[in-house]
Amino acid sequence: MTNFKRGFLAILALIAVAAISPVSAQQQPPANNDAVLLEQLKAPVQGRVSIPDAKSGTLIQPQGREWREMREGPLKSVGGWLLVLVVLALAAFMALRGRIKVDHGMSGRTIERFNGVERFAHWLVASCFIVLGLSGLNLTFGLSIVRPIVGPEAFASLTQAGKIAHNYLSFPFCLGVLLMAAMWIRHNIFNAVDAEWFAQGGGLLKKDVHPPAGKFNGGQKVLFWLVVLGSVALAVSGYMLMFPFYFTDIAGMQLSQLVHAIAGILLVAVILAHIYIGSIGMEGAFDAMGSGQVDVNWAKEHHSLWVKEQLGGKAAADD
Amino acid sequence: MARMKFLCDSERCIECNACVTACKNEHEVPWGINRRRVVTLNDGQKGERSISMACMHCEDAPCMAVCPVDCFYKTEEGVVLHSKDLCIGCGYCFYACPFGAPQYPKVGNFGSRGKMDKCTFCAGGPEADNSKEEYAKYGANRLAEGKLPLCAEMCSTKALLAGDGDVIASIYKERVSRRGYGSGAWGWSTAYKGGLGA
Ligand code: SF4
Ligand code: SF4
Repeated sequence: MTNFKRGFLAILALIAVAAISPVSAQQQPPANNDAVLLEQLKAPVQGRVSIPDAKSGTLIQPQGREWREMREGPLKSVGGWLLVLVVLALAAFMALRGRIKVDHGMSGRTIERFNGVERFAHWLVASCFIVLGLSGLNLTFGLSIVRPIVGPEAFASLTQAGKIAHNYLSFPFCLGVLLMAAMWIRHNIFNAVDAEWFAQGGGLLKKDVHPPAGKFNGGQKVLFWLVVLGSVALAVSGYMLMFPFYFTDIAGMQLSQLVHAIAGILLVAVILAHIYIGSIGMEGAFDAMGSGQVDVNWAKEHHSLWVKEQLGGKAAADD
Repeated sequence: MARMKFLCDSERCIECNACVTACKNEHEVPWGINRRRVVTLNDGQKGERSISMACMHCEDAPCMAVCPVDCFYKTEEGVVLHSKDLCIGCGYCFYACPFGAPQYPKVGNFGSRGKMDKCTFCAGGPEADNSKEEYAKYGANRLAEGKLPLCAEMCSTKALLAGDGDVIASIYKERVSRRGYGSGAWGWSTAYKGGLGA
């Protein structure tokens, strides 16, 4: 129906063009009439086949051209530059701000921030994501970066292994994200505290600025929702690709590939920043997901409301 | 040097599927894979026509452009071939191909695709001409024997033409001028710059 409509509109457009410029109408090769017309309409040509493969009834699908242009164009150029810029921005941030220190120094006393199950879910997702991300980026950028280094054969084997890993690891990845979502969703509802946190730039930009925050601060809530929603987009589009033509037609497959690639690149960009701030970017931050025990002073500076809630009156007395 | 192309004159195609059968037999193409197929448009209605379609061996081949492992190559005769040793079965070439030519055996888990298979213009693959290995992976290499694709050779109405692009285009144009109307050289304006070059 939509194809029909599109075709109809295009015919109208063609008539209009022909009316204005008779020359262009005459340029149509006479021997090629209907086929040329159909192909210029950019609509798929659909017919019937006597073999079981029903999708092969599409004789010509011109929209593959647009898919190719997207993949070879913006996906590689814009996507590639986005990742380069994120890395440069993080490097610049490190150069200007340095490692964010615990302003009051380490207290030596610790408090449990993430229990075993929370850390298991995080590292399950994280380890899968690293393989998924690298094997995914390899499909788009490997040809220009990895192949010249390792050669065509090794690159093909590597990419093949990456494809298999990518397919299988999608399952534990999705499970981990579901687990994290179930455990943390109630801590990630935005509220007035977050508005204040954002107003103060999260305290990231200056020393001795520590806006109050609960278990998760505004930035972490944004990360949470980007990961959860990004994973939903990746899972839906990804399973479309993994079960080709089970749920959709060629246009749906092309769309799925683009959605998957774009969501993937964006999430990789976000996670690069997450990895930076959770490791070398901030003193004391890694312990939260490492041992699960964070220094009380670190916690007071970055998650004051949460510490109060955890320690009750004791934290108040310490202040 | 000849620039190999296919042309299907849909005015003559009677949907007998001899080309499909010839191809399957010549190359021992596995079950579920069709390097060539016959598509019928407006089935049972006025203006019904059938077109035999396979890989058109495009000029600026979309499959070649999008393959993440760059396993395609083009012969001197313009035939688009690929290496099954390098292919990872990602399916991207099918998304880009305007003619639905690439085929994938279903292997392993999920809907997982095996190494891509497609029409070779009866020209085999990277292995030594007409070697056992080449035959197992890509089928017969008729071009190396000085023959043209079997599908067109088998075509009883000579609707399907295969060979040097200029030659088959002139045969088609002569038919068109004789009968007074064309039948659309299906795919030509998509696959080759300038189409039939009328
Ligand atoms: S018809 Fe399809 S498979 Fe053949 S060369 Fe063109 S894009 Fe590639
Ligand atoms: S299926 Fe094979 S030939 Fe096609 S794009 Fe993927 S790797 Fe290349």
